[in-house]
Amino acid sequence: MLVDVNGCSVYAYTGGRAFDATRPSIVFVHGACNDHSVWALQSRYFAHHGSNVFAVDTPGHGRSGGDARNSVAGIADWLVALLDALAIERAALVGHSLGALAVLDMTARNPTRVSRIALLGPSAPMPVADVLLDAAKKNDHAAFELINGWSLSAGHLLGGSEQPGVWMSGNALRLMERSRPGALYNDLIACRDYSDGVKAAGSIRCPAWVMLGQRDLMAPPANATLLIEALADKRVVTVSGCGHSLMAEAPRAVLDGLREFLL
Amino acid sequence: MSKPKFAHFDTLTLHAGATPDPATGARATPIYQTASFVFPDSDYAAALFNMERAGHVYSRISNPTCAVLEERISALEGGVGAIAVASGQAALHLAIATLLGAGSHIVASRSLYGGSHNLLDFTLPRFGIETSFVDPRNLDQWRAAIRPETRLLFGETLGNPGLEVLDIPRIAALAHEHDLPLLVDSTFTTPYLMRPFDHGADLVYHSATKFLSGHGVVIGGLLVDGGRFDWRRSGKFPTLSEPYSGFHDMIFTDESTTAAFLLRARREGIRDFGACMAPMTAFQILQGIETLPLRMQRHVENTRKIVAFLAAHDFVASVGYPELEQHPDHQLAQKLLPRGCGAVFSFAIRGTRDQGRKFIESLRIFSHLANVGDAKSLVIHPASTTHFRVSAEKLAAAGITEGTIRLSVGLENVDDLIEDLSRALYAASKTK
Repeated sequence: MLVDVNGCSVYAYTGGRAFDATRPSIVFVHGACNDHSVWALQSRYFAHHGSNVFAVDTPGHGRSGGDARNSVAGIADWLVALLDALAIERAALVGHSLGALAVLDMTARNPTRVSRIALLGPSAPMPVADVLLDAAKKNDHAAFELINGWSLSAGHLLGGSEQPGVWMSGNALRLMERSRPGALYNDLIACRDYSDGVKAAGSIRCPAWVMLGQRDLMAPPANATLLIEALADKRVVTVSGCGHSLMAEAPRAVLDGLREFLL
Repeated sequence: MSKPKFAHFDTLTLHAGATPDPATGARATPIYQTASFVFPDSDYAAALFNMERAGHVYSRISNPTCAVLEERISALEGGVGAIAVASGQAALHLAIATLLGAGSHIVASRSLYGGSHNLLDFTLPRFGIETSFVDPRNLDQWRAAIRPETRLLFGETLGNPGLEVLDIPRIAALAHEHDLPLLVDSTFTTPYLMRPFDHGADLVYHSATKFLSGHGVVIGGLLVDGGRFDWRRSGKFPTLSEPYSGFHDMIFTDESTTAAFLLRARREGIRDFGACMAPMTAFQILQGIETLPLRMQRHVENTRKIVAFLAAHDFVASVGYPELEQHPDHQLAQKLLPRGCGAVFSFAIRGTRDQGRKFIESLRIFSHLANVGDAKSLVIHPASTTHFRVSAEKLAAAGITEGTIRLSVGLENVDDLIEDLSRALYAASKTK
């Protein structure tokens, strides 16, 4: 579906289901240089199991208009505007990587709008390698290759997809190649400059679920330690052998964890 | 953080898609010889059927052994995914049936494998799909043939049997000008010699029966999606961008930004037409791919020596191999096929039809049969076999004469192969 948010057209995948005000709502927020499709399996599942689902393309990504925000707070504010535009008072938020930081920040500043949060591959801080930032600034294809190589675990760089016939590395690369010039750079700046993650986590009182990839190089599990400690009501799952691309590398584990937490 | 390490091509031929079997530790890819897979519970089953979970339901739709092969060919081609099917012909049909319906149109190279030509020229019109055939070297003909209802451009990396080198960069650019995809049959070249996606193609398929499996023991096909074509933006492919009542009104371009084509092909084409690959076949093709780089190097080395021998032989009228300077596509081949132009080529003897027959019947190592891409050397007479149903006029247009002989050069000692050819040429030359 398309929805107008602050004058900009926004695309949200709904699992093919019409909005039902009597159902709970879940918003899925993708990470840097991705779009709604990274949540295809999980969002479709919840859409067909009693929830309204909105797997969004954030501004400047996928089919959504506008420019990619260059701050976590900017994406968080946009999430509030999205809920307003959808006339949803309260929703569960699920975010991956940069999307997880946006969920964290939005929830900390708007606690009444969020019922629970799921953070996949979060990190606070979330440093970005200079070589990656430089390549992204130049819209150099090397930036996509670096992200791809660091996002999949070494084992999964050789495949082993749970989704029959899908070559994870190639699929991730093609998705990034579709992004608009400058979008990745803005995303990475947002990651690099966000310094309020632990503080935000400390102020959140709703239930939180955190999933980490044991072999995540983009957001190493150790970088989430303080954030997790600061959360008041949390569950933490670490996926063995998995990198940063949790939804692609471990779709079953992601769905099973989300089911247990959200249903 | 050190730069990521991506495996090289020859490492991917051995490892892509395969992990040691989690149940047994088996290093080789197991043959999952099962029709179906047990569901843990009803909710899990429903989720698998409704594309809410990843996994296998029934081996017509997907199978773990076939899935390893699908990942491997995707990795080697640089695509997003693939579907393993019953044959190369099944792959071509699946690509067309996924994208086109009655009233739509294809522009295709006229230099195609005879089976592909049959499908396009004789069979598909019965289902309302027409094809215009064009000279693969003439971009103006490709352009002029495109109609409002055209939905696909199609050619072979190396034409059959004339070895016209498909100018993929220019034809892909033309296709994309018209918001159309380019489908390429890459059977003769394999990803070792050329990766069509690197040059702009959108879909690639193989008869894996040939060089990929490499030993002439299976029939199989592989259809690979490059993941770059924007089916939604094109607006010409309602099978992908509009609700499909055959699958809960699913809009495939909403489900996957990059692999909508593969979703539809699997959820409809394989489901309904059923031309799936058997897991044993997938295993055998995987075994072949493990040695693809080594075999292709040897295939090309042997071919170059045989081409040189034939080109210098008095009883040979012509040799069509793009590495020869006189071949019309010599320069293009140097650009697109720097590792070699494969191991299948044609030549013509200076003689009558009877002398051609005598030549083939005098060979001892080359086997006279209808296949290419075997480890063993093969020979055939296209006019009486693979292109039997093609009219004389169309034969001539495809560069085939009654004296044309096609070789598929194998992995034997090249001196033995040259001796075999030399003796057969001598025998033919002495025949009245």
